[in-house]
Amino acid sequence: MTIADYERAPSVATRDEAGLADELQEIWKAEPGIGGWLSTVDHKQIGIRYIVTAFAFLIAGGVEALIFRLQLARPNEHLLTPEQYNQLFTVHGMTMIFLYAGPVLSGFSNYLWPLLLGARDMALPRLNALSYWLYLCAGVFLYVAFAMGFGPNDGWFNYVPYAARAYNGGPNIDFYSLGMILLGISTTVGSINFVVTFLRMRAPGMSINRVPILIWGTLTASAANIFAIPAASLAFFLLWMDRNFATHFFDTQSGGQALLWQHLFWMFGHPWVYAIVLPAMGMVSDGLPVFCRRPLVGYTAVALATVATMVLGFGVWVHHMFATGLPSISLSFFSAASIIIAVPSAVGVFAWLATIATGKPVFTAPFLFFASFIVLFTIGGVSGYMTGSLPVDLQLTDTYFVVAHIHYVLIGINVFPVVGAVYFWFPKFTGRMLDEKLGRWNFWTMFVGFNLGFFPMHISGLLGMPRRVYTYAEGMGWDWLNMITTIGSFVFAVGVLLFIVNVVVSYRRGRIAGDNPWDAPTLEWATSSPPPPYNFVVIPTVASRHPLWEDRLEEPEGEKSHVGAGLVLDHGREAIGTTALDAQPDIILKMPGDSYAPLLLALSATAIFVGLLTHLWWLAGMAAVCTGAAVLVWLWPETALGETAETADV
Amino acid sequence: MDRTALLDVAEERKHTSWALGARAVHLLFSKQKCISTASVLAPVTWALPAHAQAPLNYLTSHGTKADRVLALTWGVMFVSVAVVLVIAFLLVWSIWWRPGLSAPAPGSKLAVERPQSGLNWIWIGVGISSTVLLASIVWTVIVLAQTTNPPSRPGVTIEITARQWWWQVRYLSDDSSRIFATANEIHIPAGQPVLLHLISGDVIHSFWVPALSGKTDVIPGQTNEIWLQANGPGIYRGQCAEYCGLEHARMAFLVVAQTPADFQHWRQNQLQSPSQPAGIAELGMADFNTHCGGCHAVRGTDANGVLGPDLSHLMQRHTLAAGVLTNDNPNLLNWIRDPQGIKPGAMMQAPELSSAELARIDAYLKTLR
Repeated sequence: MTIADYERAPSVATRDEAGLADELQEIWKAEPGIGGWLSTVDHKQIGIRYIVTAFAFLIAGGVEALIFRLQLARPNEHLLTPEQYNQLFTVHGMTMIFLYAGPVLSGFSNYLWPLLLGARDMALPRLNALSYWLYLCAGVFLYVAFAMGFGPNDGWFNYVPYAARAYNGGPNIDFYSLGMILLGISTTVGSINFVVTFLRMRAPGMSINRVPILIWGTLTASAANIFAIPAASLAFFLLWMDRNFATHFFDTQSGGQALLWQHLFWMFGHPWVYAIVLPAMGMVSDGLPVFCRRPLVGYTAVALATVATMVLGFGVWVHHMFATGLPSISLSFFSAASIIIAVPSAVGVFAWLATIATGKPVFTAPFLFFASFIVLFTIGGVSGYMTGSLPVDLQLTDTYFVVAHIHYVLIGINVFPVVGAVYFWFPKFTGRMLDEKLGRWNFWTMFVGFNLGFFPMHISGLLGMPRRVYTYAEGMGWDWLNMITTIGSFVFAVGVLLFIVNVVVSYRRGRIAGDNPWDAPTLEWATSSPPPPYNFVVIPTVASRHPLWEDRLEEPEGEKSHVGAGLVLDHGREAIGTTALDAQPDIILKMPGDSYAPLLLALSATAIFVGLLTHLWWLAGMAAVCTGAAVLVWLWPETALGETAETADV
Repeated sequence: MDRTALLDVAEERKHTSWALGARAVHLLFSKQKCISTASVLAPVTWALPAHAQAPLNYLTSHGTKADRVLALTWGVMFVSVAVVLVIAFLLVWSIWWRPGLSAPAPGSKLAVERPQSGLNWIWIGVGISSTVLLASIVWTVIVLAQTTNPPSRPGVTIEITARQWWWQVRYLSDDSSRIFATANEIHIPAGQPVLLHLISGDVIHSFWVPALSGKTDVIPGQTNEIWLQANGPGIYRGQCAEYCGLEHARMAFLVVAQTPADFQHWRQNQLQSPSQPAGIAELGMADFNTHCGGCHAVRGTDANGVLGPDLSHLMQRHTLAAGVLTNDNPNLLNWIRDPQGIKPGAMMQAPELSSAELARIDAYLKTLR
C-alpha cells in the first residue's frame, strides 16, 4: 500500500457494476463460525444484539413487575416479604430504565444510523463492539447480584443514607454502584461514537438539515449522555468509597451531605430520561410520515425542539427535589423551567398531528403504534406539567401519580414507538414482514392493557397511595384501583407476548419484504433487506431529506439524489469521511477489521469490577493488566489502516 | 434557619412590594378563581371520595396550606384533562377526516404528496400551549408565595424526628420542664399555625399530611421547618412518603387537631407523670423497667430509654406501631409478644418474657393514661 493509495480520488460507478458487490462482500464479511460472531464489528450485528438483549431485560423486568403486581392486587397481601418486594421494585426500575430503555434505542441507532446516513459503518466500529459487550457484562453483573439475593434494594435512584453501609449492610448496593459505573462506560463510549459518526460519516450531500429526525434524537441524547453520565459515575464511585473505605462524602454524621447524592444523581437522571425518549420520538418522526404519505410537517421546528428539550433538560433536575427543603426562590426557577420544557414537546405533538391531518394515513400496525404514541405522550406530558408546578408537586410527588407519569413516559414514549419501530424496520432487519393481522391484535392488547393498568394509577395517586409500599391497609380507598391495575398489567403482558410470538413466527415464515416494502423515502430502504455487510455497493449522494421520494416530490433545489451510482470504495474496508456541516466528501477513511480486542477489553474491565466488589485486589490488579494488554492489541498499528511506519515512509 | 429567622423573613416579605403585589393579585384573581374553579368543578366534586373513605387523598383539604394549593391542583388538572381531550380529538379526527387507505401490497407504490405545509398547526398549537404554560407559571409562583410562610406567628413548635419506622414527637418550649415527648400522634390546636422542625434519626423520610399540607422531606444532617394549620378539629392521617427501607409502607401517623382549649388541656395532661400503678400493674411496672426501659421511657419512672417511643400516655393514642394496629385490647399484647410477625424488620425485638410477666406488663401499660 502506498501514500498514493490514500490520496486517490475514488472512482464512480453504478451499483450494478459487475463483480463489485462480490468484491465488497469478500472485504466486509465476518469470519464464519463462533470466532466471527465474537469478533465482528458490524454495526448491524451489534444493533440487533443490543435490541435482543434489551428485550430480554424488558421481559425480565416485566416478570418482576407482574410478581409484585400480584402482591399489590389486594390489601395486606403476603405473597412477598418486604425485602423481596423492595429488591423486586428496585431491580424492575433499574432494568427498565438502564438495561432496557436506553440500550434498546442504542440498538436501533446502531443498526440504523449508518444506513440512514448512507455510510458503511459507524465511525468507530471497535468502540461500538466494546459498547455492546460492556453493556452485556454490566447487565449480567447486576443480574448476578439479583440471582444471589443481593439485588439493589433502595429504589433505582438509590438515596443515601439508606444506601450507606450503616443501613444497608449487604453487598447489594456495592453491586449496584459498580455495575452502574461499568454500564456508564458502555453508554459513554457508545455516545462518543454517535457524535463522531454524525460529524464525519454522512453521505456526500447530506448536510445537517437533511438528516432524518432519528439522527437528531440520538445525537442530542448522546451529547447529553457525555455530559450527564460523569455525574452518576462520580456519585456511585463516591458511594462505593463511603461504603468500602469509610470516606464521608454522604455521611451526615461526619459532615457529609445527603443531598449531594440527590444533586449528582438527578443531574444525570433527568437528562437521562430525555435521552431515553428523544431517539424514540425521532423514530416516530421518521416512521409516521411514511404512513401519511407525505414528509414530516415542520422538520426544522422538530429538529430544533429536540435539541431545545435536551438543553432545557439540564436545567430541571431539582424538580425531583422539590420537597427537600431548598429555598422557595431557587425552587421556583426550577418549577418554571419544568413547565416551560413542555413547549418543545408541544412542537413535536402538533407536528405529528399536522402530518396525519394533512397526509393520507395508511392503517398499518406501525402506524397504530406511532399514532397512539401521540396521545400517550400527551398524557405523560401533562402529568409531568402538573408535577412541574411546585406546590402541586408537593402533594403529587412520591405517590402513584408519579408512578403513572413515569410509566406513561417510559412505556408511552419508549415502548410504543419501539414496538412500532420493530414493525416498521423488521423487514429491513430480516428481509421478512411481521404479520399484520397479529400486529393489530398485538397493538390493541397492549394499548388497552396499558391504559387499563396504568391510568388508574393516576387516581390511586390522587387518593394518596404512596409509591414503593410493599402493602397497604384496607380502607384507604385504593383496593379496587389496585386490582384493576394488576389486571391491566397482565393484559399488557399478553400484548407483549403477542409481539414476541409475532417476531419469532415471522422471522421464519413472514412474507418476503423486498428492499422497500413501505415505499419509504430514506436511504436504509435503498439497499437490500437485510443489507449486505458493506451496506451500500456505491456511496449514495444526497440532495434532499427524502432521496427515494424525489421523483414524486418536487425539490426546490432541482438537484437529485443518487443512490444507484456513486463513489466506489473497494481498497479494503473503506468509508467516505465528509465535512461536519455540509457533508462535502473530504477523506477516505480506512475502517478497522473485526477484532477480539473489544470483547477482551470488556471482559477484563468487568473482571476489574468483580475484583473491586469482592476486595480481591490481586484479581483487580491482574484484570487491569489484561485490560491494558487488550488496549495494546486494539491500538497496535496495522498496515491495512496505514498506521505503520513503513507505509508512511513509502 | 431557626425559628426567629424564619419569622423575620416572613415579616420582611410582608413588607416587600412584590409580595404585596402578589397578595393583591391573589385577592383580585385567585379568590375569584377559587370560586369559579369550585363552580366549574361542582359536578365533579360530588363524586370525590370523602376524607373517611380515602384518608390520604389530597383532592379535599382541611388546612389553610392545602386549601391554597387545592385550587391550583384543580386548575392544572383541568388544563391537563382539556389538553388530552383536545389532542385525542384532533388525532381521531385527523385519522378519520380523510378516507383511510389500507396497507399497500409490498412493492406497490402509494402516492406521495406535499399537500400543504401544515406549519399553521405548529404555530397555533405551540402559541396556545405557551400562553397556558406561562399563565400556569404565574399562578404557581403566586401560590408558592402564599404558602411559604404562615399567616401569623405560630404559637406551638413541635420537633418531629422520623425514625425507621416511626415518628417521635417532641413539644418544644423555652421552659425545659414543659418539654415532653410522644410518638406517632401529633396534637395541634385547630385554627392556628403550628411550626414543625423536621429532623431524621437515621435515613431520609418524608413528612406528609395530605389533608393539611404537601410533603417535606426529613433529611439527616439538616432541620427542615414547615408550618401547618388545620381549619377545624379532626383527625388527619399522615404517612412517610420517601422510601426508607423495609417497613416504609407502614410508617403512618395521625395529626389530631383540637380546639385550642382541648389542646391546652391535652398538653397539660401530657406533662403529668402517669398515676402510680397498684396491684398487678405495680409488679408490671418493675417488669417493664427491667425488660422494656432500656428503649422506652415513661415519665416519672426508672424507664428512660430513648431508642423507642415514649410510652408515658400510651393509652391515649389511637394506634400502635406507627399506624399498623389500632390500640386496643388484644393488639397491644400481640404486638409485645411478636413485633416481628406483625411488622417484619421493625427495630423492636420480641422481649423474652414469661406469660406471667407479659400479663403484668400489659396490665401496667393499660394504666398509662
